[in-house]
Amino acid sequence: MSTFHRTTAEMVTPRPPPPLSRGVIGWLRANLFSSWFNAAMTLLAVYLLWLLVPGILRWGLLDADFAGTTRFDCQSAGACWAWVDQRIYQFLYGFYPPEQAWRVNLALTLLIPALLPVLFDRMPGARWARWFSLAYPFVAAFLLVGGYGLAEVPTDRFGGFMLNVAVGLAGILLSLPFGILLALGRRSQLPLVRLLSTAFIETFRGIPLVTFMFAAALLLPIFLPPRFNLDLIMRVIILVTMYASAYIAEVVRGGLQSLPRGQYEAAQALGLGYWRAMRLVILPQALKVSIPGIVNTFIALFKDTTLVIVIGLFDILNIGTSMIANPNWLGLGTEVYAFISIFFFVICFAMSRYSLHLERRLDVGR
Amino acid sequence: MLAGIVALLAWLVANTAHNLETRGLKTGFGFLKDPAFFDINQKLIEYSSRSSFGRALLVGLLNTLLVSALGIVAATILGFAAGMLRLSRNWLMARLATAYVEFTRNVPLLLQLIFWWSLLTGLPGVQDSLSLGNVAFLNNRGARLPAPSAEPGFGMVLAGAGMAVVAAIAVSAWAKRRRLATGRGFPVAAIAIGLIVGVPTTLFLALGQPLAWDVPQPGRFNFTGGIQVTPELVALWWALSVYTGAFIAEGVRGGILSVARGQTEAAYALGLSRGATMRKVVLPQALCAIVPPLTSQYLNLTKNSSLAVAIGYQDLVSVGGTVLNQSGRALEVVSIWIVVYLGLSLLTSLFMNWYNRRIALVER
Repeated sequence: MSTFHRTTAEMVTPRPPPPLSRGVIGWLRANLFSSWFNAAMTLLAVYLLWLLVPGILRWGLLDADFAGTTRFDCQSAGACWAWVDQRIYQFLYGFYPPEQAWRVNLALTLLIPALLPVLFDRMPGARWARWFSLAYPFVAAFLLVGGYGLAEVPTDRFGGFMLNVAVGLAGILLSLPFGILLALGRRSQLPLVRLLSTAFIETFRGIPLVTFMFAAALLLPIFLPPRFNLDLIMRVIILVTMYASAYIAEVVRGGLQSLPRGQYEAAQALGLGYWRAMRLVILPQALKVSIPGIVNTFIALFKDTTLVIVIGLFDILNIGTSMIANPNWLGLGTEVYAFISIFFFVICFAMSRYSLHLERRLDVGR
Repeated sequence: MLAGIVALLAWLVANTAHNLETRGLKTGFGFLKDPAFFDINQKLIEYSSRSSFGRALLVGLLNTLLVSALGIVAATILGFAAGMLRLSRNWLMARLATAYVEFTRNVPLLLQLIFWWSLLTGLPGVQDSLSLGNVAFLNNRGARLPAPSAEPGFGMVLAGAGMAVVAAIAVSAWAKRRRLATGRGFPVAAIAIGLIVGVPTTLFLALGQPLAWDVPQPGRFNFTGGIQVTPELVALWWALSVYTGAFIAEGVRGGILSVARGQTEAAYALGLSRGATMRKVVLPQALCAIVPPLTSQYLNLTKNSSLAVAIGYQDLVSVGGTVLNQSGRALEVVSIWIVVYLGLSLLTSLFMNWYNRRIALVER
């Protein structure tokens, strides 16, 4: 006969881990000094940061000048940001008439209601709002160029960041329908259609965009009849669209391939013809999977819009480089390039985070 | 639909013929034999302003290949380093690598290129060159590097090095066969490194160091001796490497992460160290996932080298642009660009496909 002896009335609370493996010290030991190699890497990283960060802070903020009308007003050792205040309009809108700048702002603002129903399909009224998304490119073009009651702005007044955004957006929006058609063509049963689509896609993906810029400036006028007097920006948009549609086609093809065969067969079994099967069953699913890829294509295209400077258009980068050739602002290259890169970085980084988030969400749903 | 495409093409061709006729432009590639009458300051082959347009384009093509090859090597090293660092257990290093990758990927390459170029051309003049240990110099005319010049007997050293490499490969093949047959290991790495480093070094010393360095000497107006590298080449190479390196880093990180965690745990359970796990278990499997995106990054780098035109590095597009201006043959020059770049991308993807097949996982 044995009796059960209780040795203690309470549960023993676990003792805290030794002080060296918890708190700040524990974190430091685990993440920065877990081995001599790791410690050496930490010291190297600290050294790099010590070299870079204080110098950049001192140059860009602490020792910098922010006011003045020419670079001669900047007396301190650091950066000279006086030009930002003077030139920001040109950097953003190029030579667009200031009294008409609201049209650019409005066109950009309207992008939000145009994108929302595409990105969030559970939004109430999305079905109707999508008609607006379809009409958006034309609305934006009308706002920017004018005519029909609005004062006309010739496209050679386009410039600055607005030109980058306009060319990038126009390129990606216009290339979507062509890209989808090309992707379908590449997976078509008809050998000739497949061959033509594949040849188009591979050719346009294999050639650098700079060549397209030259082609827009010099070659396109030769291909078109003389009475088609397209201006340079239109020609650039046409060629950028062709270039981007090759990339979009590959993204969409990825989406089409990711669908299980059953979807195609089920659509056929329901008696849907090719186009109706595509429109009602295949494409809605394939495009949803492709959105992250399309966003990534847009980021790449948006960055590449700076290439318009090789044919003499004044995008934000060209405005910047021509400003630092001006005697009043001579030699402010580092400041100007830092400023422009922050613009691009903020926008592209935000978009890439968004596409990453979408990718994760799509992954979970599968 | 096909009829529509054919009609469109016919319409374009008719327009083109009509336009060429009204503008009095000639077509055909005969102009390639005409003298170019412009100079190219960086050339790998003999070229003068009296050479032909065709020769000028060839010089441009070689310059494109030069900067692409240099860029591919540097971008691969940078990319693998940054990709592995992003996964390092060292918190600070991982953050630094992330900052590099994210910043570089989200800023236009052209902007970075112009920035580096403006930094290089803003360096002090020849008189106040930045000196790297008094053998290499950086100034606003670019970099001046020591030039190696082989003396008699250097061929022997090279031959010795070649034989050492062959011997190392043979030893490792033999060791692998013995390990598979008997299970006994062999210090392959130590012996291979010993062979590859030791044999040429011994020969080099034994033959009385038959390699002279032509070190640049500061002169009155410019350096004498050494190799002059233009700031355009340095800027383009550096910008392309840094930019593409960030993309490669992402591919490397993705590839390493794609290896199932069980593989790492199994390797630890077998008692392999962290380094050996990485080298022998994770990386070989990760390579299969890394190589396809790596191919497209190499192609992108080659295509992006055409941004050279913005800073005046004379690559194929830049020289082609000059040729186009001088001869007015837009159609011909653009078709040469298309053929060359398509050919390059075809060659690269053929090579990488072959390599990819070699390292592909053999599944049972």
